[in-house]
Amino acid sequence: MIGGLYIFLIVAMVGADTFYTSPRHLWEALRSENIRFALKLSLISCSVTAILSLWVAVPLGYLMSRYRFRGKGVLDAILDIPIVLPPLVIGLSLLILFQTPPGRAIEKLVPITYSVPSVILAQFAVACAFAVRTLRVTFEQLNPRGEQVAWTLGCSRSQAFWRVVLPEARGGMLTAFTLAWARALGEFGPILIFAGATRLRTEVLSTSVFLELSIGNLEAAVAVSLLMIVTAVLVLLLVRWFGTETLLGKAVRP
Amino acid sequence: MVWHRDPSGKGGPAVISLQAVALRAGVFELREISFEVDRGEYAVLMGRTGSGKTTLLEAICGLRPVASGAIRLMGQDVTRLGPGSRGIGYVPQDRALFQTMTVREHLAFALVIRKWNRTDIAARVTDLARLLGLSALLDRKPAGLSGGESQRVALGRGLSFRPQILCLDEPLSALDDETREEMYALLKTVRERTGVTTLHVTHHLGEAQCLADRILRLQEGRVVGGRLA
Repeated sequence: MIGGLYIFLIVAMVGADTFYTSPRHLWEALRSENIRFALKLSLISCSVTAILSLWVAVPLGYLMSRYRFRGKGVLDAILDIPIVLPPLVIGLSLLILFQTPPGRAIEKLVPITYSVPSVILAQFAVACAFAVRTLRVTFEQLNPRGEQVAWTLGCSRSQAFWRVVLPEARGGMLTAFTLAWARALGEFGPILIFAGATRLRTEVLSTSVFLELSIGNLEAAVAVSLLMIVTAVLVLLLVRWFGTETLLGKAVRP
Repeated sequence: MVWHRDPSGKGGPAVISLQAVALRAGVFELREISFEVDRGEYAVLMGRTGSGKTTLLEAICGLRPVASGAIRLMGQDVTRLGPGSRGIGYVPQDRALFQTMTVREHLAFALVIRKWNRTDIAARVTDLARLLGLSALLDRKPAGLSGGESQRVALGRGLSFRPQILCLDEPLSALDDETREEMYALLKTVRERTGVTTLHVTHHLGEAQCLADRILRLQEGRVVGGRLA
């Protein structure tokens, strides 16, 4: 019953967005060069962030689930920081980081602040923590015995990891990727502070909603929100479908 | 207490030899574990649940470090060697089949790692499948196998690279009586055909009596035992 209320709330929110806007508003939003740019940048930056997150989260999640070492508790707490820290604080911290001498040195080589890399870095800083959590749980749920058997069969540790552990973690990797992607799409505070909200430069969909709202254009803001919902659902469905296709495809292959 | 090899044994160096092995795992510790298993022998290691049988088997397979003492396999000191260098076919209690692989891939796994050529791998897989009655299941995944079938796959995976030694951890514990009888027969056939020296861990006396040349008992952190008549 209580669960039902929650589901009703979700459906009602999306429904309200849908009924508030009209196809004309959506069409106008899509015709706007700014919003098309934001959509493109959102799709690209989220995908890059999700891939980077997975790349970092696989070894980290594995380390945290399979090894005991000194300072593991501290590392665990550090990995929780991006999850518990207010997003604005993360953005501010990133901004300050790139004002320090090492940060400035990096900026000289690759301009980061207020440009596209800053969007990705702001998304990655938060999204990766969720990917690490997900993969840690994934690796914890895998029977370590399979890996041990692989060692006795002549595998090195890395062979056992690539041939036995990673294929079994495919489902978790898919979830981690999806979660990181979705977090990145919704990222707003850190991007606003660290990357700014420059049209045709660092504007992503969440920034568009904010920019449209700030000039009192509620219809456009809702239209962009709906666009975000549709994009998110489409991408997540695509990843799920593609993922389960390959998973199932392999599982039932004759 | 140190148990010495029966002088009426088959001769030659012991294939498995533990000398004063001590190891600690969680709450219990095993001290001064010494025993030997001869070439081609079928030894059954018995002990109560929690007596450390599995821990000892893991130490022999190289999955657990020993605190002191020496483990020799085929006359070579392997105490500090990794599991892959010991040449033991290992079948864990929960079988630990690779969920994403087919039965064929299980049987070929160790051979692919050893870079055998395709023709040899295919021939070996066919032979093993015939020996273990897996020919019809080669393209199945673990999720679609019964308990007995899973056990045969785990056994085949362990035997695939023709190890001299086979370590079985409670291989028949989760099987119904009928399947268990079939497995007795299969384990005997495997032994006849391959001559592999086997160390089989169980708490089931009937299993030991049916299969063993030698019964070793793990009691209060020590191993006692001897050859069956």
